[in-house]
Amino acid sequence: MLIDRFKNEVEDILSRYPVKRSALLPLLNLAQREEGFVSESAMKEIAKVLGLTPAQVFETVTFYTMFNLKPIGKFHLQVCKSLMCALVGSDEVVVWIQKKLGIAQGQTTADNLFTLSVVECLGSCGTGPMMQVNDDYYEQLSEEKVGRVLDDLKRDGTCSLKTGPFMYPQPLAK
Amino acid sequence: MATYEKILLKNMEQPGYTGSLADYEGTGGYRALRTVLRDMQPDQVIEVVKKSGLRGRGGAGFPTGVKWGFIPKNHPGPKYLCCNADESEPGTFKDRQLMERDPHQMLEGMAITCFAIGAQTAYIYIRGEFRLGAKILEQALQEAYAAGYLGNNILGSGLTINIYVHLGAGAYICGEETALLESLEGKRGMPRFKPPFPATHGLYQNPTVVNNVETMANIPHIINRGGEWYASIGSPPKSCGTRVFCLSGHVKRPGNYETPMGITFRELIYDLGGGMRSDKPLKAFIPGGASAPFLTPDHLDVKMDFESVALAGSMLGSGGVTVMEEGTNMVWAALRLMEFFYHESCGKCTPCREGTSWLVQTLQRIWNKRGRPEDVGVLDELCGNIPGRTVCAFGDAAVSPIVSTLLHWRGEYEALIREAQETMPRNKEIPVFTP
Ligand SMILES: Cc1cc2nc3c(=O)[nH]c(=O)nc-3n(C[C@H](O)[C@H](O)[C@H](O)COP(=O)(O)O)c2cc1C
Ligand code: SF4
Repeated sequence: MLIDRFKNEVEDILSRYPVKRSALLPLLNLAQREEGFVSESAMKEIAKVLGLTPAQVFETVTFYTMFNLKPIGKFHLQVCKSLMCALVGSDEVVVWIQKKLGIAQGQTTADNLFTLSVVECLGSCGTGPMMQVNDDYYEQLSEEKVGRVLDDLKRDGTCSLKTGPFMYPQPLAK
Repeated sequence: MATYEKILLKNMEQPGYTGSLADYEGTGGYRALRTVLRDMQPDQVIEVVKKSGLRGRGGAGFPTGVKWGFIPKNHPGPKYLCCNADESEPGTFKDRQLMERDPHQMLEGMAITCFAIGAQTAYIYIRGEFRLGAKILEQALQEAYAAGYLGNNILGSGLTINIYVHLGAGAYICGEETALLESLEGKRGMPRFKPPFPATHGLYQNPTVVNNVETMANIPHIINRGGEWYASIGSPPKSCGTRVFCLSGHVKRPGNYETPMGITFRELIYDLGGGMRSDKPLKAFIPGGASAPFLTPDHLDVKMDFESVALAGSMLGSGGVTVMEEGTNMVWAALRLMEFFYHESCGKCTPCREGTSWLVQTLQRIWNKRGRPEDVGVLDELCGNIPGRTVCAFGDAAVSPIVSTLLHWRGEYEALIREAQETMPRNKEIPVFTP
């Protein structure tokens, strides 16, 4: 059981709020972190912990786009397509990925490694085009850079091109 | 090029500055919190912030000290502070930098705010995608607790202040303050009717202040250097202080630029941003995030303060400036933003839920050269029927890309429709919209 396995973390989360239901999003985030999506059994468990009905949990889950109700690939590629990124070429990024991986928007590769989504603004408008892969941002993408990210992820499970603590433009060296 | 003293980005732009507690303390960090706890009463803090003229940096520009003053003094239950780190207005990416590069600056501001309004508990509602920011804030919180700046009996004052990070899960509307509260209560993030306002009926129906990250980050500096000092920067009396403007689009050097309010768009785009990225001239810009109506090259000398931008027919909003070069089709640009608003409408109000869907369908039809002569009128009518008829300001914001592009570039709509009429076979079914 998810809740039992992460007893300490769950208790820490619950201790932060005077009203239990506030812990719903954090617990759902935890469930998705562990299973890659929010399963029905996780929703039921969480409902029980918070004293909610499963329907109350479900109605909340479906409001938020970040929760996946179905399993997805190991790496979730989310390309921003909002205007600011589109001005600097985000539609091409989608095409590059489609070409390289052979999947369309909403699809997962046969090896279950990559799922491609096209999403709205991720707060990186000055450094577009960009994509988020799981927890990490990759910005100022070029076709070559996208290729490297996908190769690295496939080979090593991680890629050094991800953005660290954000600052842009970098201050000029004095 | 004029140089400006930076306030919020100053530390992080020092070589080697990491944003750790030691680095922050090394630049005088947490001095303001000490001063406040040692020498000031909550009311005095509110007075200083009122005097500073600081207005909220989240979009609406409400005077911060005034907002704090609305919190009832003798409320029997708890009071709360929520820091709005949802940053999801397209064109805006400043809070991300403020949180990831100098987290203690905003934490100190939050602690001082808690003291001023009498809150013991504060939440940072951070958008779900900002995992790195949340991690950096968690680390900074640990440092601040260990150093006695947070927790029980902070700095020996007897006061308790706890701050928690709360991750959202991908919904633009949760940046609207009452939707944020609903979401923080574990519900669907749908805005509440106002009044009552959060100041009296906020989180768990208790008095609550919601303030933006950048607003919070200003507080320590105002305490250290005084309300008068802050009020002398920028365009007093209405637009005091600096802002971190986010520059994006077709410019050479996009990014975050902190300047006093009141510089012109021309200075931001051409001096700081290096001008257009290619030899194509500027055609249009959005002055304050996706919710702000488009402006034209004629507006380049408008001053970047709240009043001047409003007079020009738009708003300074969240400070996100997006630049578009000649050749960018304005119907396409409006459609891209409309798709965003359609996707993000929470669905509570019929005009916004149905209206955004209709607007997207109509725009798609026009852009795909299937438009009908009456479609421009349809857009006009729809845009006239959403604003002012909804629970939250999203409804007003959602129509601004269309209203403003119709105002300045109506010919581009008409040209696409003319083309459709010339090329479309008669009586052909209009394609049905699939989201
Ligand atoms: C649709 C909508 C989205 C908003 N998104 C944000 C946001 O992402 N971040 C933010 O700080 N304020 C946002 N706001 C403004 C908040 O409602 C609120 O005014 C602000 O957080 C108050 O803080 P301030 O006074 O420090 O600006 C949004 C408002 C609306 C209507
Ligand atoms: S205006 Fe739109 S986003 Fe705001 S409450 Fe109504 S439906 Fe929701």
